[in-house]
Amino acid sequence: MPDAPVLPDATTTDGALLVLAIVLPAAGILLSFVLGGRYVERIASVLLPSGLFLATIIFADVWQSGQRLIYIVGDWKPPLGIALRADGLSAAMMVAMAIVICAVAVFACADFGTRAGSVEARAPFAFWILLMAIWGAMNMVFLGGDLFTLYVAIELLTFAAVPLVCLDGRAETLQAALRYLLFALLGSILYLVGTALLYGSYATLDIVLLSRRVHMEPATLVAATLMTTGLFAKTALFPLHLWLPPAHAGAPAAASAVLSAVVVKGSFFIVVRLWFDVMPGLLGPAGAQLFGALGAAAIVFGSVVALRQQRLKLLIAYSTVAQIGYLLLMFPLALDTVSAQLQSSGALTGGMLQAISHATAKAAMFMAAGLIYVALGHDRIAELGGIARALPMTIFAFALGGVSLIGLPPSGGFLSKWLLLEATVATGQWWWAIVMLAGGLFTSGYMFIVLSSAVAPSSEPLKLRIDVPRYQEAAALALALTSLLLGLVALGPIDILQIGRPESTMVGSR
Amino acid sequence: MNAATLFGLSGAALVGFGLYGLVTHPEPLRKILAFNLLGSGVFLVFGVVSRRAAASGLGGDPVPQAMVITAIVVAFAATAMAIALVLRLLQETGRSTLSADNSGGTDTVRGNS
Repeated sequence: MPDAPVLPDATTTDGALLVLAIVLPAAGILLSFVLGGRYVERIASVLLPSGLFLATIIFADVWQSGQRLIYIVGDWKPPLGIALRADGLSAAMMVAMAIVICAVAVFACADFGTRAGSVEARAPFAFWILLMAIWGAMNMVFLGGDLFTLYVAIELLTFAAVPLVCLDGRAETLQAALRYLLFALLGSILYLVGTALLYGSYATLDIVLLSRRVHMEPATLVAATLMTTGLFAKTALFPLHLWLPPAHAGAPAAASAVLSAVVVKGSFFIVVRLWFDVMPGLLGPAGAQLFGALGAAAIVFGSVVALRQQRLKLLIAYSTVAQIGYLLLMFPLALDTVSAQLQSSGALTGGMLQAISHATAKAAMFMAAGLIYVALGHDRIAELGGIARALPMTIFAFALGGVSLIGLPPSGGFLSKWLLLEATVATGQWWWAIVMLAGGLFTSGYMFIVLSSAVAPSSEPLKLRIDVPRYQEAAALALALTSLLLGLVALGPIDILQIGRPESTMVGSR
Repeated sequence: MNAATLFGLSGAALVGFGLYGLVTHPEPLRKILAFNLLGSGVFLVFGVVSRRAAASGLGGDPVPQAMVITAIVVAFAATAMAIALVLRLLQETGRSTLSADNSGGTDTVRGNS
């Protein structure tokens, strides 16, 4: 692979696929409104797998050509027009999120199915539309080539995610949704101020053009700070995480899985775009250490609070707070000490892989917790005894998800933490290694609490309230296995994450 | 002080008021109003950016104006959604506060899916 040259911004062959990735979900939503609740599940069941197929084609295309896919909308070139660009990061994330969304869709057929002859209900109608909306908004986040398109994309993502929290309409979930919405609105308006300031300084918001013009000055610094703070609020980074546990724990299982696995990654992806692509030279050593410290605080706080939870879904939600912290550790580790630039190095690959492996593992765990809840009628960790005998496949999926979170080989979590640890050694920042190892220890701690309680024999014979459909268990298990086997991407596709990066340095050998 | 600077400062002041209200007020409705105030401040800043970037002879740079229209639509939709949630919460519980008995602590969620 030669260094990626500065490409002329022109629509590449197959660039139209990028448009399709955004238009398909939008078309599905509109069609659902036209045809009504009876057809919405069928529309989703056709469109979501084709979305996965589309993402795979884009992935293969980027992987084979080693170049970005670009589509210039309406042939109006930036700065006036809008460009859609798929580099290695976007292609990999698109595939990962499509896999999670498809698995969630299979899982949700039980809770939100619209069987022939059944009465049309509002919750399933809303669920499938919101799922398609999240899919479309995530694609837009991954492909958007300018900061304002990304603003619209995260707003769409928020508007799709908030109603998912309160699908069942109980007062607690309404409250959680409202709190989530207020946090998200604060976040997006801060992001918007940032874009206004950047446009005022550089007269463009296109990521490629902006990265050439941007330089250190007060306005840029203020803009970057505001945008990052806003995005952190949406990502639920400690200490802006207050909305996450009630929202993610209160939502229906399928919705929790999407929220925890997919939605928080959207705003985080924009943080990565902002700092690695737009202004790699602006963060500096102090800023990078600050990001790392925030991440470390999130790991410690999230893990400790997770250890103290009595309820399974809240434990998993706090575990998400902790795992988001790992994503932030890639900033100090990717900083090149000589040039003070964020390098697209192994640390970036490790961080993004952490995002993907957390997405698959956490979705599997939320699904498993949802199944345990419907089977037992509660999710109190202390009273899980005997459940492992009743639902072996579910508990196995939960445990495999935990294996990936802890970072045992050959899981994706192992590979990502390995890459991050390697970067701590290479850059001589041993303190982040301690944080990571402590985090792994905490994670093993709360996984052990849940699993030991689940495999304990029950005092009285366990009566399940309902029979859990086998395919729901299989969906959770499939995602957990994906997460477990994600470590094998080291054998090849991992280098796709570096395709189209400004300073393309491959981690492994092709 | 020219007009652009004056409007810029007004925008900054609105952003400040809005941010203060959003953070300090406990009632959701006041928070939503504060969000709108904050939003208006940001839209005003966009207007200033547009005026300052104008080429000679033009009233303003059209690109920030296009953005601000989109942002207004987004803020409108967000407000509508927040109000809908507040109303629903009021119907369910008879009050529309976020704080009181559960304030984002560890055991906020009593029921579950």
